[in-house]
Amino acid sequence: MPAVSKGDGMRGLAVFISDIRNCKSKEAEIKRINKELANIRSKFKGDKALDGYSKKKYVCKLLFIFLLGHDIDFGHMEAVNLLSSNKYTEKQIGYLFISVLVNSNSELIRLINNAIKNDLSSRNPTFMCLALHCIANVGSREMAEAFAGEIPRILVAGDTMDSVKQSAALCLLRLYKTSPDLVLMGEWTSRVVHLLNDQHMGVVTAAISLITCLSQKNPDEFKTCVSLAVSRLSRIVSSASTDLQDYTYYFVPAPWLSCKLLRLLQCYPPPEDGAVKGRLVECLETILNKAQEPPKSKKVQHSNAKNAILFEAISLIIHYDSEPNLLVRACNQLGQFLQHRETNLRYLALESMCTLASSEFSHEAVKTHIETVINALKTERDVSVRQRAADLLYAMCDRSNAKQIVAEMLSYLETADYSIREEMVLKVAILAEKYAVDYSWYVDTILNLIRIAGDYVSEEVWYRVIQIVINRDDVQGYAAKTVFEALQAPACHENMVKVGGYILGEFGNLIAGDPRSSPLVQFNLLHSKFHLCSVPTRALLLSAYIKFINLFPETKSTIQEVLRSDSQIRNSDVELQQRAVEYLKLSSIASTDVLATVLEEMPPFPERESSILAKLKKKKGPGAVSVNELEEGKREGGELNGGGERGGDNSAIATSNASTPSPSADLLGLRAGPPVTAAAPSAGSLLVDVFSEAGVNDDGFLSSAPPSVVSEDPAPPLPESNELLNKFVCKNNGVLFENQLLQIGIKSEYRQNLGRMYLFYGNKTSVQFVTFSTTVTCPGELQSQLNVQSKPVEPLIEGGAQVQQVINIECLTDFSDAPLLNIKFRYGGALQNLTLKLPVTINKFFQPTEMASHDFFQRWKQLSLPQQEAQKIFKANHAMDTEVLKAKLLGLGMALLENVDPNPENFVCAGVIQTKAQQVGSLLRLEPKRASSDVPINRAQQ
Amino acid sequence: MIKAILIFNNHGKPRLIRFYQYFAEDMQQQIIRETFHLVSKRDDNVCNFLEGGSLIGGSDYKLIYRHYATLYFVFCVDSSESELGILDLIQVFVETLDKCFENVCELDLIFHMDKVHYILQEVVMGGMVLETNMNEIVAQVELQNRMEKSEGGLSGAPARAVSAVKNMNLPEIPRNINIGDINIKVPSLSPF
Repeated sequence: MPAVSKGDGMRGLAVFISDIRNCKSKEAEIKRINKELANIRSKFKGDKALDGYSKKKYVCKLLFIFLLGHDIDFGHMEAVNLLSSNKYTEKQIGYLFISVLVNSNSELIRLINNAIKNDLSSRNPTFMCLALHCIANVGSREMAEAFAGEIPRILVAGDTMDSVKQSAALCLLRLYKTSPDLVLMGEWTSRVVHLLNDQHMGVVTAAISLITCLSQKNPDEFKTCVSLAVSRLSRIVSSASTDLQDYTYYFVPAPWLSCKLLRLLQCYPPPEDGAVKGRLVECLETILNKAQEPPKSKKVQHSNAKNAILFEAISLIIHYDSEPNLLVRACNQLGQFLQHRETNLRYLALESMCTLASSEFSHEAVKTHIETVINALKTERDVSVRQRAADLLYAMCDRSNAKQIVAEMLSYLETADYSIREEMVLKVAILAEKYAVDYSWYVDTILNLIRIAGDYVSEEVWYRVIQIVINRDDVQGYAAKTVFEALQAPACHENMVKVGGYILGEFGNLIAGDPRSSPLVQFNLLHSKFHLCSVPTRALLLSAYIKFINLFPETKSTIQEVLRSDSQIRNSDVELQQRAVEYLKLSSIASTDVLATVLEEMPPFPERESSILAKLKKKKGPGAVSVNELEEGKREGGELNGGGERGGDNSAIATSNASTPSPSADLLGLRAGPPVTAAAPSAGSLLVDVFSEAGVNDDGFLSSAPPSVVSEDPAPPLPESNELLNKFVCKNNGVLFENQLLQIGIKSEYRQNLGRMYLFYGNKTSVQFVTFSTTVTCPGELQSQLNVQSKPVEPLIEGGAQVQQVINIECLTDFSDAPLLNIKFRYGGALQNLTLKLPVTINKFFQPTEMASHDFFQRWKQLSLPQQEAQKIFKANHAMDTEVLKAKLLGLGMALLENVDPNPENFVCAGVIQTKAQQVGSLLRLEPKRASSDVPINRAQQ
Repeated sequence: MIKAILIFNNHGKPRLIRFYQYFAEDMQQQIIRETFHLVSKRDDNVCNFLEGGSLIGGSDYKLIYRHYATLYFVFCVDSSESELGILDLIQVFVETLDKCFENVCELDLIFHMDKVHYILQEVVMGGMVLETNMNEIVAQVELQNRMEKSEGGLSGAPARAVSAVKNMNLPEIPRNINIGDINIKVPSLSPF
């Protein structure tokens, strides 16, 4: 006999539904519905009071109309009347209507709350359940205010029926989720936790959801639930399949509850109590063992239930990450599932393995399945499963298998589903960069990426390849050659044109020797794509053209012809027009020297975290990444944008920009901080005047102190020169030396193993300095370590004037001494001779390196040999100030790594010392000890 | 947590919708359409899980569904639920419907939408699972039924109307199809 008596329906409702079903068209259906809505409205508004049956019927019709997708904005009042009735059937439909069509009208909620209050105190379990259902489904703040105090009482009261307890537990959970401040567990905590011991499995089922949620929020208060959960789980797992009767599902005892218990345990670390832990490990082993037993039923429900528990057990094992034995068993079990004929199991196995891959105990074990996973990526028919396979490949990738995995992902991209292509592209780009040993492989990979899935290659990806090519001169020639070849394809993606334009504009000269890629061939190739491209790409190409004029003077007339054509110089797009006009002018009036300075090769980009990573995190949903990181990503994107579009023409455009404001000022890179400052010194003499203004220049101060007779030989270094040197360890600019006659200012810039120093000699007197000369020498072995070239300086310095000298420095290998600067001049006939140490220290050649905490400490640990490590404990001279320390450390030239050291008091830094002979990675840790004001410095070098 | 339970037929006609998180009505309809679009184009032997649609919460949500004859049962859940556990839960719900309606079919869901809601309420409450024991659920439904009977007042007449309606709408005789353990009649319904 069916439990639902189909006969007791409502005739009017059935007729209405079949009317709707007989409608031949959508229009007819809408017409019929509107007719019915009008009818119901008039009935509800009518003078005649409706009986309960009619109200029920109409409310039911409204629910049906709502289901069909029509808005229902009335009937709530009738529903409230129904749920306030004493008749069960009326109450039931009234509550249902309110739960489905939630309405936040406060007057209505007040009426509903009244009815709920009555039902909760009715002691009729069915009515109580209906009321609790309504609260749980609506869950509004008003309801929480009204009932949050009452429901815990119902939940733990001894005389509450089991079914009511179940409802009360979930009702409380809902209120806790919506208004945690109103649900005060305090005194109820222990009794709620003990519901895990309840006789009735249904009560445990409902209560465990509540306890899990509460434990996540207040782990300490609820931690007694761990031992209770373990003993409950143990009883279920070890029971025979007949013990739990009704809760045995296809021969599996209480699968749902087992899963939930295992989930609850994942809120906590492994139990500390040995006995509890032993019991839990036993349970987990039993679950793993049962998975190997022959199935008790062939039905899919049986294996589903069994495996649901198994997967939760594996999740718990991965969460603990402390039992290598269990981890390996889990990995083997998942390995079996990878080839299971059930698609669901393959999907879940790939998903679980993804988390397993990040555990150090099992990473290697996961890697053994690489062929199976690659096969899954190629052959699975289901896009969900393929997506999981791609995720797992990404997770298991390391240096040993990167080439294989990247190749497989690339070949998969050609046929991949559109929905996952963008994510795949980001992942390939990240892996290629992360594990590139050989950067020509990296360039090939990214160009392939653009070729195969150009539409899905986001800006971040192609910005990044340009950054890397610019920063690594060993790959520039290769990149130019490869991109030149790629551009020869008859149809190539616009992103390829962008990368090609940029790279050939910078490094086209590296392949110009080959007649097949002569300057004119390169230009014609680029220009053949020009008209098919969007405005930003054309703008970039114009910048590439002006760079060509600098690189290859022989292309000048051809390019000027192009720039002069109406389609450029009169282009309706203001940005293109402006570039064409300015570049044309620049190329015709500037001398070769100026052109060479303005259009010099781009300086290296500062090292930073790949913005692609940020992009991937963003794609993975806001849950995975903090707002900070997102902002970071956005900011970097912006800077890169500036850098990418600028194409080295910053000075040219920056100057003209004042007279003709460009609508896209950000294209000019004006707001890009680091790239511009890095570019400034490379602009050389153009900017020197600007610098000289900054030099300190006092009014003539006549020195009356006649200097003693000085020999013509270079004087020994001044006694204070070491101290002077120390002043400049952490800064690059300032006053190096000053006496009554002379002031020497210094400005210096370093990049990679090269440095350029500007010395400003200021005559503080009103009398000329004559036969002014300077020499820079490298004493002893420094000669072979440092290559220093100074340009000659004017022999005459007028009183009150300043002259400037440029010194180029190349670091060949590591060094510890400083070069000497000897200055000789005659002041009023007397020879002045003094020698200073030039503040060139090894740390100037630091390139900051960002790395994550994990990487940092892994490397730190690797540097264990005595000669790789130096530690010094010293007393701080000044009071410790975090900001000052930070500034000092940044001045040192390394990257200051935030959130890397577990102790926030400590500072850690990383950098690479760039010398011509080698690159030396260095890590630094500063541990301030406040009490003793000792500052131990750890420094490790590899 | 279960965010929503959607039941619709092969043509995307909703047969039962229940949201446990507030969405405006038009958003609910969009979610139904999107979910149908995602689920209906999948073959029957692919896996039963797929990444949630864009509308109902992004990457933390999954759609877990089963396809029985003419009906799709779709549960939108977050990552705190076991995928296989939810599959079992769908099975429990459908088996319960089958017991309560005796060979449940799509028409039962259409003409007894309220009853289906009441049965679902015995399984899921506010997005969390209340009871998984089928006997217990059926016992609760029977209890409701007895209370309904005892209130009386409703004659048996509409029953005839319902069966008449059922017959008149069927262009051919319903056939039974065995899916798993339960029989679901597959009326070839004209879409409306």
